Amino acid sequence: MNTNARIRYVVKPLVFLLALLPAVFVLTDLFEITGRLGANPVEEILDRFGNWGLRFMMLALAVTPLRRVTGLAWIARFRRMMGLYAFFYVSLHFATWLVLDQGLYLPGIGEDIAKRPFITIGMLALVLLTAMALTSTAGMRRRLGRRWNQLHSSAYAVGILGVWHYWWQVKADILEPLIYAIILSILLGHRLWHRRTRASGATPRLRVDQGRQLTAGKR
Amino acid sequence: MLIRKPDPISPSEITSKDNYLNRRQFIRAGAIAGAGLSAPAALAAVIPDKPLAKLADIRKPSPFSTDEALTSYDDVTTYNNFYEFGTGKDDPHRNARDFEPRPWSIAVDGHAENTGTFHLEDFVKPHMLEERIYRMRCVEAWSMVIPWVGIPLADVLKALKPTSKAKFVAFETLHDPKRMPGQRRRVLDWPYREGLTMAEAMHPLTILAVGLYGEVLPNQNGAPLRLVVPWKYGFKGIKSIVRIRFVSRMPRTSWNMSAPHEYGFYANVNPEVDHPRWSQARERRIGSGLFAAKQPTLMFNGYAEEVASLYDGLDLRRNY
Repeated sequence: MNTNARIRYVVKPLVFLLALLPAVFVLTDLFEITGRLGANPVEEILDRFGNWGLRFMMLALAVTPLRRVTGLAWIARFRRMMGLYAFFYVSLHFATWLVLDQGLYLPGIGEDIAKRPFITIGMLALVLLTAMALTSTAGMRRRLGRRWNQLHSSAYAVGILGVWHYWWQVKADILEPLIYAIILSILLGHRLWHRRTRASGATPRLRVDQGRQLTAGKR
Repeated sequence: MLIRKPDPISPSEITSKDNYLNRRQFIRAGAIAGAGLSAPAALAAVIPDKPLAKLADIRKPSPFSTDEALTSYDDVTTYNNFYEFGTGKDDPHRNARDFEPRPWSIAVDGHAENTGTFHLEDFVKPHMLEERIYRMRCVEAWSMVIPWVGIPLADVLKALKPTSKAKFVAFETLHDPKRMPGQRRRVLDWPYREGLTMAEAMHPLTILAVGLYGEVLPNQNGAPLRLVVPWKYGFKGIKSIVRIRFVSRMPRTSWNMSAPHEYGFYANVNPEVDHPRWSQARERRIGSGLFAAKQPTLMFNGYAEEVASLYDGLDLRRNY
């Protein structure tokens, strides 16, 4: 088995299953097989899904910087999966809020989205994530052309909105959102730095989507 | 197990309306007759030294108790905020395990005749233990029903003989980062501080709790001595109290110092005044299950009849 096949048939399915584990644990903890959800299970489920949504968003944003730093082109093949998992967990986070937290109580939901800035921000992130998820297929990418790149550069905005959403709803202990903010700054900072050095011509030009084309060609 | 039911209350524990009213009259009469007398020795509040030991001679039921279903002991003792032991809601029960609440003393100072430092035992001994089953509404929009055991704060304060200059009572929690690991990070400006107006402190609903579920107060719930003010958000119920001050001006309080536009001095439960970041109109009753709807929050947490008059003429929207 060559590297390409190993990634495609072994590593990718493995990563796919691993990324599913946080959702599986919510179910098994709910039935107290692996653990417990505690005294306020609704809040616990909401927090877990939200946290994992943010983590996968960070992973998706880490793909390109990691690829550039390590020079390993195959890393790019995990970007879409990470992004879709971010969408998956953020959707579950939203569904939990809608059904379990708000109990589908529409006046409360409407008021929260309109009146609570941290919820408005979260909604905006979800809308952008949904648009990216819907256009994540190879066919959509071909059809949208340049506009696909424009749309999918909102991943940066989603990262910022996500961390902001988290930061704004903690009471006093900002340690965890601060950690996310630092990681996000490094990831976005690396991109800015890369763009500047490329523009000044200090380093040999490296095609941004080199890795992507490489794998696309072998599909 | 998916949905955990709170412990059922036996029919004998439910107070009928008639009894409730009779008892009120009886207590009022007794209070007048007994004014100035100290409690009989047999009913003195003796707190056993052993953690979680059974408390004896508890007067119950109280006319102030609710007959709503109790929140399970497990939920009351594993889910709460006590930042001195960590900011997660399951942190206190894990990090307070080795906390040693004995020996314990309470410093009393300010505008009162009987100031000084008191041993916990001497502080509570002259008073009678009572069970008070209260609703507890957290500012985070969840709630519980907790069977506290404690003594009316008014009894304690009267014994300390505040002077006419005393307009407020200020409380402080122990500040000892070696024993309270959450204080090693400056999440709040330690020590934790709370306060009440004199009228609030003297109100018969306000108690100093030394136990719950008939047992000595667990560390994570504020051992050995904590405040319970059921018509206010939970954060007013300052835990592990080491200092009580009688002051003439409104004291500074921890959450108000941390975020003044979000947490006021009064912090009365009020469904009409939202927290800037979330609604206070409804609350999640802990233990009600995954699919239970939130319930409407009541004005003054359902104690409006008893306490609303304390705030006549006060703009509750501005004085949140």
